[in-house]
Amino acid sequence: MRVALFITCINDTLYPGTGQAVVALLERLGVEVDFPQGQSCCGQPQFNTGYRREAEPLARRYARVFEGYDYIVVPSGSCAAMVRENYPRLGAEDVAGPMAATYELTEFLVDVLGVTDVGAYYPHTVTYHPTCHGLRMLGLGDRPRRLLEAVEGLRLRELEGAEECCGFGGTFAVKNPDVSAAMGADKARHIEETDAEAVCTVDNSCLMHIGGVLSRRGSAVRPVHLAEILASTEEAAR
Amino acid sequence: MSGTYLGMPSFPRAAADSTRDMRLRGNLRHATHTIRAKRAQAVEELGDWAELREAGAALKERTLRHLDHYLEQLEAAVTAAGGVVHWAADADDANRIVTELVRETGESEVVKVKSMATQEIGLNEALAKAGISAYETDLAELIVQLGDDLPSHILVPAIHRNRDQIRDIFRKQMGSWGRAAPEGLSDDPAELAEAARLHLREKFLSAKVGISGANFMVAETGTLVVVESEGNGRMCLTLPETLISVVGIEKLVPTWQDLEVFLQTLPRSSTAERMNPYTSTWTGTTDDDGPSAFHLVLLDNGRTDALADTVGRQALRCIRCSACLNVCPVYERAGGHAYGSPYPGPIGAILTPQLRGVQSDLDASLPYASSLCGACYEVCPVAIDIPEVLVHLRERVVEGGTAVVRGQKTKIKPAKGHAAERALMRAARWAFDHPRAMRAGQRLAARGRRFTPRRLPVTAAGKAWSASRDLPRPAPQSFRDWWRHTRRDGGGSDAPRTGKESAE
Amino acid sequence: MNSRDIVLSRIRRALADVPRDGGPEETHVPRDYWQRHAVRNDAQRIDLLAENLSDYRAVVHRCASTELPVVIGRLLRDRGARRVVAPWAVPDGWLPGDVERVADSAGQSPRDLDAVDSVVTGCAVAVAETGTIVLDAGEDQGRRRISLVPDHHICVVHAPSQVVDSVPQALSRLDPARPQTWISGPSATSDIELDRVEGVHGPRRLDVVISSPGAG
Repeated sequence: MRVALFITCINDTLYPGTGQAVVALLERLGVEVDFPQGQSCCGQPQFNTGYRREAEPLARRYARVFEGYDYIVVPSGSCAAMVRENYPRLGAEDVAGPMAATYELTEFLVDVLGVTDVGAYYPHTVTYHPTCHGLRMLGLGDRPRRLLEAVEGLRLRELEGAEECCGFGGTFAVKNPDVSAAMGADKARHIEETDAEAVCTVDNSCLMHIGGVLSRRGSAVRPVHLAEILASTEEAAR
Repeated sequence: MSGTYLGMPSFPRAAADSTRDMRLRGNLRHATHTIRAKRAQAVEELGDWAELREAGAALKERTLRHLDHYLEQLEAAVTAAGGVVHWAADADDANRIVTELVRETGESEVVKVKSMATQEIGLNEALAKAGISAYETDLAELIVQLGDDLPSHILVPAIHRNRDQIRDIFRKQMGSWGRAAPEGLSDDPAELAEAARLHLREKFLSAKVGISGANFMVAETGTLVVVESEGNGRMCLTLPETLISVVGIEKLVPTWQDLEVFLQTLPRSSTAERMNPYTSTWTGTTDDDGPSAFHLVLLDNGRTDALADTVGRQALRCIRCSACLNVCPVYERAGGHAYGSPYPGPIGAILTPQLRGVQSDLDASLPYASSLCGACYEVCPVAIDIPEVLVHLRERVVEGGTAVVRGQKTKIKPAKGHAAERALMRAARWAFDHPRAMRAGQRLAARGRRFTPRRLPVTAAGKAWSASRDLPRPAPQSFRDWWRHTRRDGGGSDAPRTGKESAE
Repeated sequence: MNSRDIVLSRIRRALADVPRDGGPEETHVPRDYWQRHAVRNDAQRIDLLAENLSDYRAVVHRCASTELPVVIGRLLRDRGARRVVAPWAVPDGWLPGDVERVADSAGQSPRDLDAVDSVVTGCAVAVAETGTIVLDAGEDQGRRRISLVPDHHICVVHAPSQVVDSVPQALSRLDPARPQTWISGPSATSDIELDRVEGVHGPRRLDVVISSPGAG
């Protein structure tokens, strides 16, 4: 089984800890993971803003860089959705293979590896926000929840209006800052109401926005990517 | 708010005000959240919802792909049943036809059933210019008309008003339009509905001309269908001597039996009911029952432009249920007026720029009035992939290209104000396509991270972000550098194993 | 070119991508939805109709056909109705002797009808799954306006023959050439805060009498 990690540009630059967590987690589960250095961005910011032509070369790059891998694991619902759902609309050639091999992290864990209990230990209260592209484009369903519920020590708190968008939406956050902020404020309020120590998602892009809102509000709730929770072990916690 | 959409600001500018209007936010939140849960329950009741949705989408798609065929079939059937069919290429055409038809009756007053098409063409204003008073009879439309306001929702045009505001409008305005509001009118919805009943009764009983739209037109039989709740539709469709229906050309379904799909999906999607209280169907005229004269005005007004766009075409499947509005987090916070069109919400964001083009600041901003969360697509009973069309229209805004405008193939220039963004997107694509350059940039950012502020009030985008959110700090070391340092001899490879692609 | 030609030629140009030889059938319509949502016997179907009608605030009464005059008479008396409109095919025996029967006639004005207290009609078909009665201007249903203007409507449903399970079944029984009114509960509105309120322009009280063959 040849497995590649597609880290995504946001994780690469701003949240390398998430990538390190994915590597640690997969290796703990006996999966040897490769990191092709030719990878970059999936092209979603360009595509979703209307610059389809700027996204095309990035899709072709993705296809070249990841050709031949059995599985490409992505710790981002949004970027995985870009590859699987939007690449066909770009008309880029030869992307079919890598597209089909692309799995969001929780899909890879639950569907390919067949695990929900990854042996993690995380003695904190956590609330889970299902991000839109993972929820609606990929149909992740209850996979992230099942993984979280199996984490030792973790207490999951229900989030009101969980399935409502946090207001990030890529360039939406700066093109429509007032609506985005209003959505973010409501999301942050619901998160605070859970009294959880951390809010968890499968997308650091949404977490960047949610975390930015929480931080500005002076909130103590910590944004954390699901991979980092799943990578935590009792030994590491000590 | 006065009754025109002309010259309205772009969506973000309008939303900057509306998101701060706490009463509006409260009204919208209350109403949309009430209906969301109910809709979900009504849909849940049908075990074959997915199949109905699929059939509805396919039926509408078939109709659109053969629209000329079905329109001619409809025209023949309506004519054979005693109706008169008129064709209107645009709003002016339609307004002129309707005004003439009303004049021929010698009447100066008409009663109207809620109709999106007549709102779209500004029929009331056109009739007023000709000295004809049009009375809106749907409760919410009445609230909008009495309040000299604009509709902000497809199904519930006065959704932005709460019961207190409605009581105040009734008390102040009803008297100048007809029967005044009862003394001591309270804000109890049942009392408000009763006040509307009394106010409009006079108008219904004396009306000689009714104007309506239609939810569906059956090509095979020439039958029109109006789906409603209050009975004002029945009043306007059956009591007057002359009925004029203004209907968009996309409202067709092929056969009578095909209604079995939409009469199940529409009520559950819009008012979350198993069935709406009243549905009227009529085919031409019936001797001694209902209007003796029936005119059908078939309206294009930009619809064929949308039809010419193979991606955007799906917007014409819309059955105006408004489920996408009710579930939309952007609509809930910005309100319907920010969309500057009778079609607000997600469907408006893809319909308006296709019907009107993307040349004005407002229309060019509409495809961006979405976080692409996809909740609209999920609830749409005819499976319109609204995010797909939004992204498609964004491309038209920033890149221009060819589109059909008023029936003419037209070269569209990229919208103004996107030059900096375009340059940034190109630069980003270049960097992403040259990972070594990107890596250098990352290192530079990492070195300067101590100096990176949590707020960035310098650029427009930085300001927009920082007004409500702290900025993340670049990491001390990118993932890719960490991998290189720790995994040099490990499993990582610099280049893909196919060898076709270098890291540059 | 007139507007008709303009619109039709725009459409034809717009659909350049669609193959024209096969006709509309070239677009496949999957019809995997159900013709009804459960298999029910007559009693179950009638029960469901009654339940769904009541759910939307219609007042449901069930009786044997021989009891119809008693039930209708009581409903009219309870309402204090003096003038009652009924289409010609509604049997005289259904209406009590002490009310004035008003005929459904072509010359009647809306104002004439506004002076009527109640209307009694039959129906063409009733749909159990949605709690809907359909009037199609049949001889015991009359012109559309008579079941609209009076504030009180009594509608008789002959069970089990007039009761179908579902919307698809109802449509296949109905003739689109006839003007129809599908009624699901009394008039209502959701226009104030998207909350349902019963009673606007149509009859505010809807009594549905489900009558079964035979004696009570």
